[in-house]
Amino acid sequence: MGATQRTVEVVRAMAAAMEEHRAHLTKLDSEIGDGDHGTNMHRGFQATLERLETAEPATPADVLKAVSMALIGKVGGAAGPLYGTAFLRASTTLADKEDISAEDAAAALQAALDGVKQRGKAEVGDKTMIDALKPAAEAATNAGGSLAEVFRAAADAAKGGAESTVEMTARRGRASYLGARAVGHMDPGAHSSYLLLDAAARTLESA
Amino acid sequence: MVGLVIASHSPKIAEGTAELVRHMAGEVEIVAVGGDSDGGLGTDPERLQAAIEGIKADEILIFMDIGSSILSAETVLEMLSPEVREKVRLVDTPLVEGAFSAGVMASTGATADECVEAAMEARTEPKLH
Repeated sequence: MGATQRTVEVVRAMAAAMEEHRAHLTKLDSEIGDGDHGTNMHRGFQATLERLETAEPATPADVLKAVSMALIGKVGGAAGPLYGTAFLRASTTLADKEDISAEDAAAALQAALDGVKQRGKAEVGDKTMIDALKPAAEAATNAGGSLAEVFRAAADAAKGGAESTVEMTARRGRASYLGARAVGHMDPGAHSSYLLLDAAARTLESA
Repeated sequence: MVGLVIASHSPKIAEGTAELVRHMAGEVEIVAVGGDSDGGLGTDPERLQAAIEGIKADEILIFMDIGSSILSAETVLEMLSPEVREKVRLVDTPLVEGAFSAGVMASTGATADECVEAAMEARTEPKLH
Protein backbone atom coordinates (compact mmCIF):
# COMPACT_ATOMS: atom_id res chain seq x y z
CA MET A 1 0.00 0.00 0.00
CA GLY A 2 1.33 3.44 -0.93
CA ALA A 3 1.80 6.23 1.59
CA THR A 4 -1.17 8.20 0.24
CA GLN A 5 -3.55 5.27 0.63
CA ARG A 6 -2.10 4.55 4.07
CA THR A 7 -2.78 8.16 5.07
CA VAL A 8 -6.39 7.71 3.93
CA GLU A 9 -6.59 4.57 6.11
CA VAL A 10 -5.26 6.56 9.07
CA VAL A 11 -7.91 9.24 8.52
CA ARG A 12 -10.65 6.58 8.28
CA ALA A 13 -9.47 5.17 11.60
CA MET A 14 -9.57 8.67 13.10
CA ALA A 15 -13.14 9.07 11.85
CA ALA A 16 -14.07 5.71 13.35
CA ALA A 17 -12.53 6.75 16.68
CA MET A 18 -14.55 9.98 16.67
CA GLU A 19 -17.67 7.93 16.01
CA GLU A 20 -16.88 5.43 18.75
CA HIS A 21 -15.99 8.07 21.36
CA ARG A 22 -18.55 10.70 20.36
CA ALA A 23 -20.68 10.29 23.50
CA HIS A 24 -17.69 10.22 25.84
CA LEU A 25 -16.14 13.37 24.30
CA THR A 26 -19.45 15.16 24.55
CA LYS A 27 -19.78 14.07 28.18
CA LEU A 28 -16.31 15.46 28.98
CA ASP A 29 -17.26 18.69 27.22
CA SER A 30 -20.58 18.91 29.08
CA GLU A 31 -18.65 18.95 32.35
CA ILE A 32 -16.51 22.00 31.56
CA GLY A 33 -17.39 23.25 28.06
CA ASP A 34 -20.45 23.70 25.90
CA GLY A 35 -21.13 20.00 25.47
CA ASP A 36 -20.68 19.64 21.73
CA HIS A 37 -17.11 18.40 21.22
CA GLY A 38 -18.05 14.79 20.43
CA THR A 39 -20.84 15.79 18.06
CA ASN A 40 -18.67 18.41 16.39
CA MET A 41 -15.66 16.16 15.86
CA HIS A 42 -17.88 13.37 14.56
CA ARG A 43 -19.55 15.76 12.11
CA GLY A 44 -16.16 17.09 10.98
CA PHE A 45 -14.74 13.64 10.32
CA GLN A 46 -17.90 12.48 8.55
CA ALA A 47 -17.50 15.51 6.26
CA THR A 48 -13.86 14.49 5.85
CA LEU A 49 -14.86 11.00 4.69
CA GLU A 50 -17.31 12.50 2.19
CA ARG A 51 -14.62 14.82 0.88
CA LEU A 52 -12.18 11.93 0.48
CA GLU A 53 -14.79 10.00 -1.54
CA THR A 54 -14.70 12.61 -4.29
CA ALA A 55 -11.17 14.02 -3.90
CA GLU A 56 -8.39 12.14 -5.62
CA PRO A 57 -5.44 12.82 -3.36
CA ALA A 58 -2.08 12.29 -5.06
CA THR A 59 0.05 12.64 -1.95
CA PRO A 60 -0.29 12.25 1.84
CA ALA A 61 -0.26 16.06 2.01
CA ASP A 62 -3.36 16.17 -0.23
CA VAL A 63 -5.16 13.85 2.17
CA LEU A 64 -4.29 16.01 5.17
CA LYS A 65 -5.34 19.16 3.28
CA ALA A 66 -8.75 17.59 2.60
CA VAL A 67 -9.09 16.76 6.32
CA SER A 68 -8.18 20.35 7.18
CA MET A 69 -10.75 21.88 4.85
CA ALA A 70 -13.53 19.56 6.06
CA LEU A 71 -12.76 20.23 9.74
CA ILE A 72 -12.53 24.00 9.24
CA GLY A 73 -15.82 23.97 7.34
CA LYS A 74 -17.90 21.55 9.35
CA VAL A 75 -16.84 21.27 12.99
CA GLY A 76 -18.57 24.49 14.02
CA GLY A 77 -16.73 25.14 17.31
CA ALA A 78 -13.21 26.21 18.25
CA ALA A 79 -11.95 22.69 17.51
CA GLY A 80 -12.60 23.30 13.78
CA PRO A 81 -10.09 26.10 13.26
CA LEU A 82 -7.66 24.50 15.73
CA TYR A 83 -7.60 20.98 14.26
CA GLY A 84 -8.03 22.45 10.77
CA THR A 85 -4.88 24.51 11.28
CA ALA A 86 -3.06 21.47 12.69
CA PHE A 87 -3.81 19.31 9.65
CA LEU A 88 -3.10 22.20 7.27
CA ARG A 89 0.35 22.82 8.76
CA ALA A 90 1.13 19.10 8.73
CA SER A 91 0.08 19.02 5.08
CA THR A 92 2.29 22.00 4.22
CA THR A 93 5.26 20.37 5.95
CA LEU A 94 4.91 17.15 3.94
CA ALA A 95 4.60 19.18 0.71
CA ASP A 96 4.80 16.91 -2.35
CA LYS A 97 6.54 13.97 -0.65
CA GLU A 98 5.18 10.68 -1.91
CA ASP A 99 6.66 8.66 0.93
CA ILE A 100 6.76 9.58 4.61
CA SER A 101 9.76 8.87 6.84
CA ALA A 102 9.72 8.82 10.63
CA GLU A 103 11.48 12.20 10.56
CA ASP A 104 8.83 13.61 8.19
CA ALA A 105 6.04 12.44 10.50
CA ALA A 106 7.73 13.99 13.55
CA ALA A 107 8.22 17.26 11.64
CA ALA A 108 4.55 17.24 10.58
CA LEU A 109 3.42 16.70 14.19
CA GLN A 110 5.67 19.53 15.35
CA ALA A 111 4.22 21.82 12.66
CA ALA A 112 0.70 20.82 13.69
CA LEU A 113 1.51 21.69 17.31
CA ASP A 114 3.00 25.05 16.29
CA GLY A 115 -0.14 25.82 14.26
CA VAL A 116 -2.46 25.06 17.17
CA LYS A 117 -0.31 27.14 19.55
CA GLN A 118 -0.36 30.07 17.16
CA ARG A 119 -4.11 29.81 16.51
CA GLY A 120 -5.23 29.17 20.09
CA LYS A 121 -2.50 31.15 21.87
CA ALA A 122 -2.33 28.45 24.52
CA GLU A 123 0.69 26.92 26.26
CA VAL A 124 1.29 23.76 28.22
CA GLY A 125 -0.64 23.90 31.50
CA ASP A 126 -3.62 25.83 30.12
CA LYS A 127 -5.81 22.66 30.03
CA THR A 128 -6.13 22.45 26.24
CA MET A 129 -5.17 20.25 23.28
CA ILE A 130 -1.64 21.62 23.69
CA ASP A 131 -1.20 19.55 26.85
CA ALA A 132 -1.58 16.41 24.71
CA LEU A 133 0.04 17.63 21.49
CA LYS A 134 3.25 19.10 22.91
CA PRO A 135 4.44 15.92 24.65
CA ALA A 136 3.26 14.00 21.57
CA ALA A 137 5.38 16.07 19.19
CA GLU A 138 8.41 15.77 21.51
CA ALA A 139 7.99 12.01 21.82
CA ALA A 140 7.64 11.71 18.05
CA THR A 141 10.88 13.62 17.52
CA ASN A 142 12.76 11.41 20.01
CA ALA A 143 11.20 8.11 18.97
CA GLY A 144 13.03 7.20 15.77
CA GLY A 145 12.32 3.77 14.32
CA SER A 146 9.32 3.03 12.14
CA LEU A 147 6.37 5.27 11.35
CA ALA A 148 4.22 3.08 13.59
CA GLU A 149 6.70 3.51 16.46
CA VAL A 150 6.71 7.29 16.01
CA PHE A 151 2.92 7.49 16.25
CA ARG A 152 2.78 5.00 19.13
CA ALA A 153 5.25 7.13 21.09
CA ALA A 154 3.25 10.26 20.22
CA ALA A 155 -0.07 8.65 21.21
CA ASP A 156 1.29 7.35 24.53
CA ALA A 157 2.72 10.77 25.35
CA ALA A 158 -0.59 12.41 24.38
CA LYS A 159 -2.45 10.02 26.69
CA GLY A 160 -0.27 11.08 29.62
CA GLY A 161 -0.68 14.71 28.60
CA ALA A 162 -4.46 14.42 28.42
CA GLU A 163 -4.53 12.77 31.86
CA SER A 164 -2.42 15.63 33.25
CA THR A 165 -5.21 18.09 32.32
CA VAL A 166 -7.52 16.56 34.96
CA GLU A 167 -5.75 18.43 37.77
CA MET A 168 -5.44 21.73 35.87
CA THR A 169 -7.53 24.87 35.96
CA ALA A 170 -8.28 26.18 32.47
CA ARG A 171 -6.86 29.37 31.03
CA ARG A 172 -8.46 29.23 27.56
CA GLY A 173 -11.99 28.63 26.25
CA ARG A 174 -15.25 28.30 28.13
CA ALA A 175 -13.70 26.22 30.92
CA SER A 176 -11.56 29.21 31.91
CA TYR A 177 -14.70 30.84 33.33
CA LEU A 178 -15.07 27.94 35.77
CA GLY A 179 -11.85 28.55 37.72
CA ALA A 180 -11.21 25.77 40.25
CA ARG A 181 -14.46 24.05 39.28
CA ALA A 182 -12.74 22.77 36.14
CA VAL A 183 -10.32 20.76 38.29
CA GLY A 184 -11.14 17.05 38.31
CA HIS A 185 -12.25 16.97 34.66
CA MET A 186 -10.16 15.97 31.66
CA ASP A 187 -9.99 18.50 28.84
CA PRO A 188 -12.05 17.10 25.94
CA GLY A 189 -9.73 18.57 23.28
CA ALA A 190 -6.68 16.96 24.88
CA HIS A 191 -8.56 13.65 24.96
CA SER A 192 -9.61 13.86 21.30
CA SER A 193 -5.99 14.68 20.37
CA TYR A 194 -4.93 11.45 22.08
CA LEU A 195 -7.71 9.47 20.36
CA LEU A 196 -6.67 10.75 16.91
CA LEU A 197 -2.99 9.91 17.46
CA ASP A 198 -3.93 6.52 18.88
CA ALA A 199 -6.07 5.79 15.82
CA ALA A 200 -3.10 6.68 13.60
CA ALA A 201 -0.75 4.48 15.62
CA ARG A 202 -3.10 1.46 15.58
CA THR A 203 -3.58 1.75 11.81
CA LEU A 204 0.15 1.91 11.15
CA GLU A 205 0.87 -0.94 13.59
CA SER A 206 -1.55 -3.23 11.77
CA ALA A 207 -0.16 -2.37 8.31
CA MET B 1 -15.64 52.69 0.76
CA VAL B 2 -15.38 50.40 3.79
CA GLY B 3 -17.46 47.22 4.05
CA LEU B 4 -18.34 45.29 7.22
CA VAL B 5 -18.73 41.62 8.05
CA ILE B 6 -20.51 40.59 11.25
CA ALA B 7 -19.45 37.13 12.45
CA SER B 8 -21.41 35.63 15.33
CA HIS B 9 -22.21 32.20 16.76
CA SER B 10 -25.86 33.12 16.40
CA PRO B 11 -27.56 33.86 13.05
CA LYS B 12 -29.94 36.16 14.93
CA ILE B 13 -27.15 38.16 16.55
CA ALA B 14 -25.34 38.54 13.22
CA GLU B 15 -28.51 39.55 11.35
CA GLY B 16 -29.73 41.78 14.16
CA THR B 17 -26.43 43.59 14.46
CA ALA B 18 -26.30 44.09 10.70
CA GLU B 19 -29.87 45.38 10.76
CA LEU B 20 -29.02 47.87 13.49
CA VAL B 21 -25.93 49.14 11.67
CA ARG B 22 -27.79 49.38 8.35
CA HIS B 23 -30.48 51.44 10.01
CA MET B 24 -27.94 54.10 10.97
CA ALA B 25 -25.38 53.63 8.21
CA GLY B 26 -27.59 53.35 5.16
CA GLU B 27 -25.64 52.42 2.10
CA VAL B 28 -22.66 50.77 3.78
CA GLU B 29 -21.99 47.24 2.53
CA ILE B 30 -22.55 44.92 5.46
CA VAL B 31 -22.81 41.13 5.51
CA ALA B 32 -24.02 38.98 8.41
CA VAL B 33 -22.46 35.54 8.88
CA GLY B 34 -24.01 33.70 11.81
CA GLY B 35 -24.23 30.12 12.98
CA ASP B 36 -22.60 26.91 11.84
CA SER B 37 -22.97 25.17 8.49
CA ASP B 38 -26.23 23.51 9.62
CA GLY B 39 -27.80 26.77 10.78
CA GLY B 40 -27.25 25.99 14.47
CA LEU B 41 -25.17 27.97 16.94
CA GLY B 42 -21.51 27.97 15.94
CA THR B 43 -19.24 29.31 13.27
CA ASP B 44 -18.80 28.53 9.59
CA PRO B 45 -15.42 29.59 8.19
CA GLU B 46 -16.36 28.58 4.63
CA ARG B 47 -19.32 30.97 4.62
CA LEU B 48 -17.20 33.66 6.26
CA GLN B 49 -14.59 33.30 3.53
CA ALA B 50 -17.24 33.47 0.80
CA ALA B 51 -18.73 36.59 2.42
CA ILE B 52 -15.36 38.34 2.55
CA GLU B 53 -14.58 37.42 -1.06
CA GLY B 54 -18.02 38.63 -2.17
CA ILE B 55 -17.70 42.14 -0.74
CA LYS B 56 -17.02 44.83 -3.31
CA ALA B 57 -15.65 47.44 -0.89
CA ASP B 58 -11.89 48.24 -1.09
CA GLU B 59 -11.44 47.76 2.64
CA ILE B 60 -13.22 45.21 4.81
CA LEU B 61 -13.61 45.19 8.59
CA ILE B 62 -14.55 41.98 10.39
CA PHE B 63 -16.36 42.10 13.73
CA MET B 64 -16.54 38.92 15.83
CA ASP B 65 -18.33 37.87 18.99
CA ILE B 66 -16.55 35.23 21.07
CA GLY B 67 -14.34 32.15 21.11
CA SER B 68 -14.47 30.17 17.89
CA SER B 69 -15.71 33.10 15.78
CA ILE B 70 -12.34 34.74 16.47
CA LEU B 71 -10.41 31.54 15.73
CA SER B 72 -12.47 31.05 12.58
CA ALA B 73 -11.84 34.58 11.36
CA GLU B 74 -8.09 34.20 11.93
CA THR B 75 -8.11 30.87 10.11
CA VAL B 76 -10.03 32.36 7.18
CA LEU B 77 -7.51 35.20 6.99
CA GLU B 78 -4.81 32.57 6.47
CA MET B 79 -6.79 30.95 3.64
CA LEU B 80 -7.52 34.12 1.67
CA SER B 81 -5.51 35.05 -1.41
CA PRO B 82 -2.91 37.75 -0.65
CA GLU B 83 -4.85 40.32 -2.75
CA VAL B 84 -8.01 39.84 -0.68
CA ARG B 85 -6.19 39.43 2.64
CA GLU B 86 -4.58 42.86 2.41
CA LYS B 87 -8.04 44.46 2.23
CA VAL B 88 -9.22 42.77 5.44
CA ARG B 89 -8.81 43.71 9.09
CA LEU B 90 -10.13 42.00 12.21
CA VAL B 91 -11.40 44.59 14.66
CA ASP B 92 -10.86 43.92 18.36
CA THR B 93 -14.02 45.43 19.86
CA PRO B 94 -17.34 44.36 21.36
CA LEU B 95 -19.43 43.17 18.41
CA VAL B 96 -22.51 45.39 18.49
CA GLU B 97 -20.93 48.60 19.74
CA GLY B 98 -17.84 48.29 17.54
CA ALA B 99 -19.74 47.45 14.36
CA PHE B 100 -22.22 50.23 15.04
CA SER B 101 -19.54 52.91 15.48
CA ALA B 102 -17.52 51.69 12.49
CA GLY B 103 -20.61 51.44 10.30
CA VAL B 104 -21.77 54.95 11.05
CA MET B 105 -18.25 56.25 10.43
CA ALA B 106 -18.04 54.27 7.17
CA SER B 107 -21.29 55.82 5.98
CA THR B 108 -19.61 59.24 6.07
CA GLY B 109 -17.03 58.00 3.57
CA ALA B 110 -14.31 57.59 6.21
CA THR B 111 -11.24 55.39 5.72
CA ALA B 112 -10.80 51.99 7.38
CA ASP B 113 -8.36 53.56 9.85
CA GLU B 114 -10.97 56.12 10.91
CA CYS B 115 -13.65 53.43 11.20
CA VAL B 116 -11.40 51.25 13.36
CA GLU B 117 -10.53 54.23 15.55
CA ALA B 118 -14.25 54.92 16.08
CA ALA B 119 -14.87 51.26 16.83
CA MET B 120 -12.01 51.11 19.34
CA GLU B 121 -13.56 53.99 21.27
CA ALA B 122 -16.49 51.65 21.91
CA ARG B 123 -14.16 49.62 24.16
CA THR B 124 -13.60 52.46 26.61
CA GLU B 125 -16.55 54.80 26.21
CA PRO B 126 -18.69 54.51 29.38
CA LYS B 127 -22.43 54.00 28.86
CA LEU B 128 -23.42 55.55 32.18
CA HIS B 129 -22.09 58.95 33.09
